[in-house]
Amino acid sequence: MRAKLHMIVACLAMVAMLAACGGEAEKTEKKEEAPAPAAKLVLGVAGAHSGDLASYGLPTVNAAKLVAAKLNAAGGVNGMQVEVVAQDDQCKPELATNAATKMVSDDVKIVLGHICSGATKAALPIYLESKIVLMSPSATNPPLTQSGEYPNFFRTIAPDDAQAALEVSFAKGMGLKKIAVIHDKGDYGKGFASFCKQFIETEEGMEVVLFEGVTPGAVDYSAVVQKIKSSGAEGVIFGGYHPEASKIVSGMRKKGLDMPFMSDDGVKDDTFIKVAGEYAEGVYATGPMDFSANPIYKEAVAAHQAEFGADPGPFFPEAYSAALALLTAVQNAGSTDYDKVVDALRTQYVDTAVGKIKFDAKGDAEGVGFSVYQVKDGKYVEIK
Amino acid sequence: MEYFLELFFGGLTRGSIYALIALGYTMVYGIIELINFAHGEIYMIGAFTGLIVAGVLTALGFPEASTLVIALMCAVIWAAAYGYTVEKVAYKPLRGAQRLSPLISAIGMSIFLQNYVMLSQTSDFLPFPELIPQFGFMERFGSTMSSSEMVIVVSTILVCIGLTLFIKFTKLGKAMRATAQNRKMAMLVGINVDMVISATFVIGSSLAAVGGVLIASHIGQINYFIGFIAGIKAFTAAVLGGIGSIPGAMLGALVLGLTEAFATGYVSSDYEDVFAFCLLVLILIFRPAGIMGKEKTQKV
Repeated sequence: MRAKLHMIVACLAMVAMLAACGGEAEKTEKKEEAPAPAAKLVLGVAGAHSGDLASYGLPTVNAAKLVAAKLNAAGGVNGMQVEVVAQDDQCKPELATNAATKMVSDDVKIVLGHICSGATKAALPIYLESKIVLMSPSATNPPLTQSGEYPNFFRTIAPDDAQAALEVSFAKGMGLKKIAVIHDKGDYGKGFASFCKQFIETEEGMEVVLFEGVTPGAVDYSAVVQKIKSSGAEGVIFGGYHPEASKIVSGMRKKGLDMPFMSDDGVKDDTFIKVAGEYAEGVYATGPMDFSANPIYKEAVAAHQAEFGADPGPFFPEAYSAALALLTAVQNAGSTDYDKVVDALRTQYVDTAVGKIKFDAKGDAEGVGFSVYQVKDGKYVEIK
Repeated sequence: MEYFLELFFGGLTRGSIYALIALGYTMVYGIIELINFAHGEIYMIGAFTGLIVAGVLTALGFPEASTLVIALMCAVIWAAAYGYTVEKVAYKPLRGAQRLSPLISAIGMSIFLQNYVMLSQTSDFLPFPELIPQFGFMERFGSTMSSSEMVIVVSTILVCIGLTLFIKFTKLGKAMRATAQNRKMAMLVGINVDMVISATFVIGSSLAAVGGVLIASHIGQINYFIGFIAGIKAFTAAVLGGIGSIPGAMLGALVLGLTEAFATGYVSSDYEDVFAFCLLVLILIFRPAGIMGKEKTQKV
């Protein structure tokens, strides 16, 4: 009996220890069951809602909820109330297929997601088989649309090669000749880095002096930093997400390498600035164009602040636009019939937070693109 | 030559961190033949404690160096308490059970601690302040070795020497060696085996916490998942050196850290892990018990 008591006390002590240090607990989201009107239209939202990359996925859920609330207040879509159902994939392909299967079994017809390219790629065949329209606010891997294999896939963000082309021309504009291209071996980071390499090689007078992948989560990257140094690079392009970027950039700065560091929209996140601190200063990152003057965007941000009491996170405008585009297409099509919805997306313009868009035959939004940003005084500022 | 030295010291730093964690694995294995998979999480908890304490102290206006020392001490105490509790909760009740049961319990503990920290703290990456001061006299080494790398390597060397002396010459150290050799016999000659095992967990966890705080301060960021990869690598180092052997763990960690650094530097960082694990396979083919492990028939 005493031994048991000991154990219980030990258990409690352990739980108490960390709990005492506090910190914010994850908010548990409760779905509100609408007092079901006869018909409802389910908008599936799939993406990273927990784990390392939750900060990329949760804004999309908020965006979907806001669009749904807005349309519901105006009488719904085709007279049906829109209900948002979220499935978490943590940006992991194996969980993404689970999420997709769940959507199929719940008979969801339109899905907003997924967030990461790898997860989207894994889930797409399942959606295609069941004729579910999928629209991602953030999956930028080019073959997702350009391969032409997935006619059910759309996105409101420009693909990676658009971003890489901009990055390389920006580097050229700065007069950089020797570039080290580093990536994180992931679908997104390596894809972006390979495009950069390809574009640099076609540029006259520019060369790639180093092309390497680093292992995400490794204890430190000092060896790679030394390699960048000895390669004689004048600038570094990194393809990947912010945890690795902040480790590499702070390692470089600590070793006295103050060459330009350029990266992608996986790094254009305030978490990067928060984690890298002073070392983030001066870092360039490409990211979606600034549409802060767009009235729909302003309205969406105001609604977000009113509803959630905070500024929206990354990919929020794309997600808001995607939700709007999907639901408007259903409205225009008059039903959730797959062929009609796809046709509406491709033929009819819709006003969204990222501008007036429609989709080309492969699923990319026409008229969305990227800008270059730089960290100045702890904030990303667009470079015109 | 300069490039070689830069890689060498980078590898040495990495190896030192692996060594601090690997010692915990190898000590526990030496005594109760259990692979304590929750050990990487203790490292992570040490780093988190360091962050919390350092945050409070910085807010109170303590100078850098004393912040580091106090944060380190708090992290050690906290992590040691966790190590002690984990042993009492997850392993002690299973002492007489089959060998696989405590192993599963260890994996469960690891997952529990990870998720616990994720929920009670955050899933985001957090910035970790640079607690290790920049020493003026290190400047002449330029990019070859920074102050924080020097501090990590030197503290690891001191800790290793201290631990070796402790195991060799103190009463508790002798009791540990006796328990490792034969637990039943140790009990018969009057050693309090439960106490010895607890002490082993406490010491191993303290070392991991030292590693956690130092490396977090060196690279400047932590999250709840850092213990996993560091733990796997340290475990590899312990096996490489001969699991159960304390000098083996130190040697294995250094070999692993240097191999990774040179593989990255002279070949490609794409194959960093490939080289590390090829080395492990090669060594285990020729010396199945690891570099310094003793051959004895065991089932794992």
